[in-house]
Amino acid sequence: MSISNQIIEELQSKARTIRRHIIEMIAEAGSGHPGGSLSSADIVTALYFHVMNVDPQNPSWPDRDRFVLSKGHAAPVLYAALAEKGFFPKEELATLRKTGSILQGHPDMKVTPGLDMTTGSLGQGLSAANGMALAGKLDNKNYRVYVVMGDGEVEEGQIWEAAMAAAHYKLDNLTAFVDHNGLQIDGPVTQVMSPISIQEKFKAFGWHVIEIDGHDMKQILEAVEEAKTTKGKPSVIVARTVKGKGVPFMENQVGWHGKAPSKEQAEEALKVL
Amino acid sequence: MAKIATREAYGEALAQLGEEIKDIVVLDADLSGSTKTSVFAKKFPERFFNVGIAEQNLMGTAAGFATCGKIPFASTFAVFAAGRAFEQIRNSICYPKLNVKIAATHAGITVGEDGATHQSIEDIAVMRALPNMTVISPADDVETKKAVRAAALHDGPVYLRLGRMGVETIFDEDYEFEIGKGKILREGKDVAIIATGIMVSEALKAAELLEKDGIDAMVVNMHTIKPIDEEVILKAAQCGAIVTAEEHSILGGLGSAVAEVLAEKMPTPMRRVGVKDKFGQSGDPKELLKLYNLTAEDIVSATKELKK
Repeated sequence: MSISNQIIEELQSKARTIRRHIIEMIAEAGSGHPGGSLSSADIVTALYFHVMNVDPQNPSWPDRDRFVLSKGHAAPVLYAALAEKGFFPKEELATLRKTGSILQGHPDMKVTPGLDMTTGSLGQGLSAANGMALAGKLDNKNYRVYVVMGDGEVEEGQIWEAAMAAAHYKLDNLTAFVDHNGLQIDGPVTQVMSPISIQEKFKAFGWHVIEIDGHDMKQILEAVEEAKTTKGKPSVIVARTVKGKGVPFMENQVGWHGKAPSKEQAEEALKVL
Repeated sequence: MAKIATREAYGEALAQLGEEIKDIVVLDADLSGSTKTSVFAKKFPERFFNVGIAEQNLMGTAAGFATCGKIPFASTFAVFAAGRAFEQIRNSICYPKLNVKIAATHAGITVGEDGATHQSIEDIAVMRALPNMTVISPADDVETKKAVRAAALHDGPVYLRLGRMGVETIFDEDYEFEIGKGKILREGKDVAIIATGIMVSEALKAAELLEKDGIDAMVVNMHTIKPIDEEVILKAAQCGAIVTAEEHSILGGLGSAVAEVLAEKMPTPMRRVGVKDKFGQSGDPKELLKLYNLTAEDIVSATKELKK
């Protein structure tokens, strides 16, 4: 598959818009998780604006592709994508984390249009995605299921229960991403509780493993295509990313995992985005 | 009379219902022979999913199925469902109010010889604390079959508490089951015994024993612990004395649910028959019921103490 430069450029531009929303939303909310939202922004942008077959006019369309943000604390990246896609007005983004908002601190499928699964408690999203993929196979539907996990998240045992099951049931309609930014709340993943090598672990669990630069739009799209054509097993795309990507003072800084930028910091960030 | 375990009735009911409701899928965690989901698996292998010994993934996968319009029944032992996978049930099933039915077998101490690790005595307490959850504890095979159907037709999460041990059949096929509606099985005026699960038949026996002593006991089958039937509790309270009976800890289960209603609406002297805040142990189920004071005689003595 050849991907035109124009498509790549449009997606890169969209990702910048998503990143701007992330900064604005979290600054407005006064709390939230910018680091992991920014690191997964290119992946989520590629999925919603090129890969996935969804209909903002009909969010519960049974044949739609599904997306599960297993690392639910990166909710702002998903909310920004859903708003940009037209699932709800962009003005709603300013209500993030506020009382009565349709945008909860962690994704709540009951209140946000276009959300396929409630997440936030780490380790649970891949299991739900398995259920969706199994249901798709059972009903002979062609939809695909996409998941984004964190590299700290894969320390959860449930991820490996689900990984085992996805391979056992040959869920080739399931594509998982690991947003491998190398940092978790308490520090580098290698120091806190090393999940390395994530690639080898998934390989051992029977998955097709693809490694990419998670900020290279072309690589993201090519990896998704490779996953689509891989039959008989689920695919995981281990995406090397930079926590806080796009905002120089946030990049690779563990302190920006779960902290909101001040008004001044947000302005500084928006200048470079 | 032949005794039938509620788990047996569950397996049969599920296999029957599978014929009628094509959206039902069944998930198990390597205990299908014990939970009796194997009956369904044999009949509908394409709709049966064994996730292996992985209860967290069991609940999460069921949740995923439910988002796609399926009606998943997820089964394992009560300890591993309500206990090990509690937070998956909370965050992936109850919070999004997904249509998952958790049919947990081997509840209570009548698991018997396997001992305390496998005897769930706190599952009602933790499951009823969850918003959106319905908690049902059927008394016999007939009620179980009706409850399985009602659970399948109910929109939202249900926790169905089932047992390993064979129990006497109490109800006939005409018995009508409605979620949230307690049943007065016997009218009485001196005391009301409110029981759930396998303690319902003990409550009926206790009422007969009490009758010999001149105490006229009402018996209520509280098959649904959440939402609790306040109306029937307040009616029972008119007896002026209430004894609850459950094969569960006296902390947080049926006794607590009844006490909560009474304390606010109609304070009434009461006693709770149940496991007295301790773990079970290995043994013959019948012997354990005696040892843990979960028999008709224990209900009788609790009543007499209350009526003193």
